[in-house]
Amino acid sequence: MKKDLRLVECVVNGKEVAEYVDVRESLLDMLRNRLHLSSVKKGCEVGECGACTVIVDGEAIDSCIYLAVWANGKNIRTLEGLEKDGELTRIQEAFIEEGAIQCGFCTPGFVMSATVLLERGEKLTRDTIRKYMAGNLCRCTGYENIVNAVEKVNHEMMEQKETEK
Amino acid sequence: MVGKSIARVDAYDKVTGRAKFTDDLMPENCLVAKVLHATIGNGIVRSIDTTEAEAMEGVVKVVTFQDVPKHCYPTPGHPWSVEESHQDVADRNLLTGRIRYYGDDIAAVVAEDEVTAARALKKIRVEYEEYPVEIHPRESMKGTRYPVHEEKPDNILAHSDFSIGDVDQALAGAAKVIRRSYKTPMVQHCHIENPISYAYMEKGRIVVVASTQIPHIMRRVIGQALGIPWGKVRVIKPYIGGGFGNKQDVLYEPLNAYLTTLVGGRPVKLELSREETFCNTRTRHSLEYDLTAGVDENGLLVAKDMVSYSNQGAYASHGHAIAANGLTSWRLQYACPNIRGEAYTVYTNTPVAGAMRAYGIPQANFSSECFMDDIAAEIGMDPLEFRKKNLIHGYYEDKYLTPIAANTNGIFACLEKGAEYIHWEEKRNAYRNQTGNIRRGVGMALFSYKTGVWPIALEVAGARLVLNQDGSMQLMIGATEIGQGADTVFSQMAAETLHMNVEDIHIQSFQDTDVTPFDTGAYGSRQSFVTGTAVKECAQQIYQKILDYAKIMFPEEKRELSMREGILYAGDAKRITLEELALECYYSRSHAGPITAEVATQVKKNTISTGCCFVEVEVDMALGKIRILDIVNVHDSGKLLNPQLATMQVHGGMSMGMGYGLSEQLILDEKSGRLLNGTLLDYKLMTTMDTPDLSVDFVELEDPMGPYGNKALGEPPAIPAAPAIRNAVLHATGVAFNENPLTPQRLIDGFSKAGLL
Amino acid sequence: MYDIEKYYNASTIGEAVHLLKEHPQARVICGGSDVLIKIREGKFAGTSLVCIRDIREIQGVIKMDSGDIYIGAATTFSHITSDPVIRQYIPVLAEAVDQVGGPQVRNIGTIGGNVCNGAVSADSAPTLFSLNAMLRTSDGAGGRMIPIRDFYRGPGKVDLQPGEILTHIVIPGKDYEGYQGHYIKYSMRNAMDIATLSCSVVSKVNQEKRLLEDVRITFGVAAPVPLRCNETEQELKGMPIGEALFEKTAQLVRQEIHPRDSWRASRDFRLQIGGEIAERALRRSVELAGGGQS
Repeated sequence: MKKDLRLVECVVNGKEVAEYVDVRESLLDMLRNRLHLSSVKKGCEVGECGACTVIVDGEAIDSCIYLAVWANGKNIRTLEGLEKDGELTRIQEAFIEEGAIQCGFCTPGFVMSATVLLERGEKLTRDTIRKYMAGNLCRCTGYENIVNAVEKVNHEMMEQKETEK
Repeated sequence: MVGKSIARVDAYDKVTGRAKFTDDLMPENCLVAKVLHATIGNGIVRSIDTTEAEAMEGVVKVVTFQDVPKHCYPTPGHPWSVEESHQDVADRNLLTGRIRYYGDDIAAVVAEDEVTAARALKKIRVEYEEYPVEIHPRESMKGTRYPVHEEKPDNILAHSDFSIGDVDQALAGAAKVIRRSYKTPMVQHCHIENPISYAYMEKGRIVVVASTQIPHIMRRVIGQALGIPWGKVRVIKPYIGGGFGNKQDVLYEPLNAYLTTLVGGRPVKLELSREETFCNTRTRHSLEYDLTAGVDENGLLVAKDMVSYSNQGAYASHGHAIAANGLTSWRLQYACPNIRGEAYTVYTNTPVAGAMRAYGIPQANFSSECFMDDIAAEIGMDPLEFRKKNLIHGYYEDKYLTPIAANTNGIFACLEKGAEYIHWEEKRNAYRNQTGNIRRGVGMALFSYKTGVWPIALEVAGARLVLNQDGSMQLMIGATEIGQGADTVFSQMAAETLHMNVEDIHIQSFQDTDVTPFDTGAYGSRQSFVTGTAVKECAQQIYQKILDYAKIMFPEEKRELSMREGILYAGDAKRITLEELALECYYSRSHAGPITAEVATQVKKNTISTGCCFVEVEVDMALGKIRILDIVNVHDSGKLLNPQLATMQVHGGMSMGMGYGLSEQLILDEKSGRLLNGTLLDYKLMTTMDTPDLSVDFVELEDPMGPYGNKALGEPPAIPAAPAIRNAVLHATGVAFNENPLTPQRLIDGFSKAGLL
Repeated sequence: MYDIEKYYNASTIGEAVHLLKEHPQARVICGGSDVLIKIREGKFAGTSLVCIRDIREIQGVIKMDSGDIYIGAATTFSHITSDPVIRQYIPVLAEAVDQVGGPQVRNIGTIGGNVCNGAVSADSAPTLFSLNAMLRTSDGAGGRMIPIRDFYRGPGKVDLQPGEILTHIVIPGKDYEGYQGHYIKYSMRNAMDIATLSCSVVSKVNQEKRLLEDVRITFGVAAPVPLRCNETEQELKGMPIGEALFEKTAQLVRQEIHPRDSWRASRDFRLQIGGEIAERALRRSVELAGGGQS
């Protein structure tokens, strides 16, 4: 079968990318196999586990059920894009401090869901955090320390907002 | 260092996405293998035609059951036994024409890409001869026309029993005799990374990179499955995305190894889908129990009897070890002079059951701890009081398996903490006479759990330490990090014994059977105990070697030498840094020789850990919904090696236990044996929105058997939540549910029957 | 990698209609959360696709001067939930689609796809039925305006002709103004789940807030297609607000719905839950309207 390749031009982790992709590829395939962004994990391929969560134009999506061709013109962020020259974002640090990481396979997806949630800049209750992290499954942690990590960073952000006022 | 909550040694790599899992290491030119699964639940393949599939562009190889080696091999992650009678049951081929469950493996395709492989599978024509399907063990053991395995005509894989005292006589004389039956469901591990491997050949040997808890065992099983010398196989284990016992079995890796040999050693990838993970890997056994107990006028147990039926599914895997472990636990913890137990493990036409976190105890504990509440209710006693009356204080030992014993026993202290946390007495009274649709209750359950597998199976572990030129230390072990934090606590242990900073201990996270010392792997809550003992011995050895080398450097030194934080002291005086000594030992013109130590340690010890769960629930009866208002697990796992990691481990276990109690079950079609809910949508693993806040506490008694006073913690947290929840629902509503999970359907049925709706 | 035969992208409604007529075997894809999954499970394997996600005219929400609210078929669930028009005028729909799957799926799944895949468990469907929604389609020659209750033809079957696409879901002003609603999704988990049973109640109380002036009750998963409880509605209309009304709701609903036994839940179970959630949804919708207060 002849492959139907299309040019996808997008921004990935702040860098312009132009790639020819097979129309049959998912964004997950493109990010992992073409761009070697291996933080994007495959756990179910049907949007039921959240391990492949990435941020597209400011919204968290499951890259497994998103065609690569749809990435054309989009701004995409993966876990690889968070760390800057060895410096982690606060939510990454909080995952370490709070013990929110065990096997680490679901971690990238959780960090991306948390990132986009925290960037809303709103005060979050534990229930709201649970609601917006519900698309990511974890079998190791019971979620307790993941919720704690997000709550901690949100609390810091709100305190900082207070002081700035 | 031991006892401190340091961050995981792999945390940075995992939170940045740098940690490499099997799929992240895949070579670019990897071929893709997919397996053809049977679409009947019992029968034989009458004919198979692969011509069309083979002719497809991009298909490299098609193999069927007719092509694979004809001898059978075992799959469980047990240490091999040199005594034939103790060897695991070998009842599998790589592929089969005798279909034993819906989904059995008939053929495999190797193709250039996954779409081609998937399309080729559809082009394989299979004709079956179907036999009737039997999915229930108690029916299957009556004998079926076509036994699952010919060698076992009655479908009973194994049977065992024991008897202490005289149960029948004691029951005859008991003030009250209570009989109940319980059942637990088939559930799945649901590690987020599906089983995956890739295999290729190098210098005439097969290399398999796999997501496994047991690389050294896998090497042996691949050798057995292919009928080749075990040294011809090399297994590499990168980071793994959870295992929980499913990856304590050898799954499709032998087939993967075989396939690469058919394509000239080109790399072949065999990645399971989530659906295959549910149906075609392993599950936790479903067990049925008939329990009987006699109590005297004072509420003391005088006799207890257990008969259990374990649904093995289509292949032996871990087999009878699961049900037998339940029998062992029936003997422990509660004082009772007359105890009897009997267990059957039965082949059926269902997906294969294997190891899953706590190895038979979640099942046995659900039945026995529900039973304790039911007995207490029958004799009108508070269930906590009833347990305390019957629990053994302090030391006890197993009557059959020496030296399994509770060398320290913190159960009373655990119960005290749990009861206080949940306000037991106050709430037991407050929720006594409720009416209306919404009702609350508190419940609890307790457990005991062995540490490691001795004396049932071998316990051996290896460790190697190498002093680097800069005075830091390389630590290599054959034990595996699977998310539980093993690498971190081993680093802490080495640092503790060497009096070094943990930052100066570099642990190798990937196991490679060519390189890392032999160890049987992650299971049985054994590693911190058994491998921990090896790490400690190894650290003691290298510590002594360092001092010995210092003596060579300073022959005139008479004071006693010691080392702390990378500095060697003579008496109280600083003599030399470890860095200086290390450099010297590598490059000394007179005494060159890098300092290393390697141990292989057999551990012939076992010690019992314990704990409990207390929970408060709210039941909306008309909707059949249970809400967990508060839950706490309290564990006596000896001294904690890393309190934060220990707490994390308990959280995960509690979550798994709640799922077991409330929502998780694999459902099979009665007629075909087909799995109906093998997806993460239909299998109700708890999400963040289903999980309450989790509380954890510990009782830290220093266990004399543990290398650092520690004992089992990995699996135990998954045990007590399910029966505790069930007992809380009993308290809230007066309805006893004897089968988990307590799904809305079961609740509505139960409340309707009780006339509460 | 998905087993897709041919992929076509449409950037206008006209282009989509043209492509569909030219390739009658092709399926429409928009958010992808349903179609891609069916390709993977083999049901749609090897299909060709016409993608309509780039068509601007079918995205977003507009309130017309007439009061009618037009919801573009390609509007995602999360955009509906956060849309100010929806939040102000039909918050029950915002709440309903906020219960689809999880956050990631709500960011890609569209309301048009939810309706067009014909699933009886669709979280938007009961509420759209209770709002008397109309479906605007286009076929290159004008298209149709179809009441949603006529659109569902059976499990997974809807009334779309070859070359016809759904462009908008229209909520008529007269059907929401003065009404309050509440949706209850009954599922086995609180997230990442499909409904075992669902019920959306939209109601209006009289000026004195004593009587139930109008009520519309729709169930998901109680029949092969979403089910309006017409008989129950007729019986309840005009009843005084109080316990008798609520009890009667549960009782009547249990007579009117006809769920079936499946491995997911038994018929008896669904009847019990059905009565219960209808009663609770009505209580809440009446409460939102200030009903029963004196």
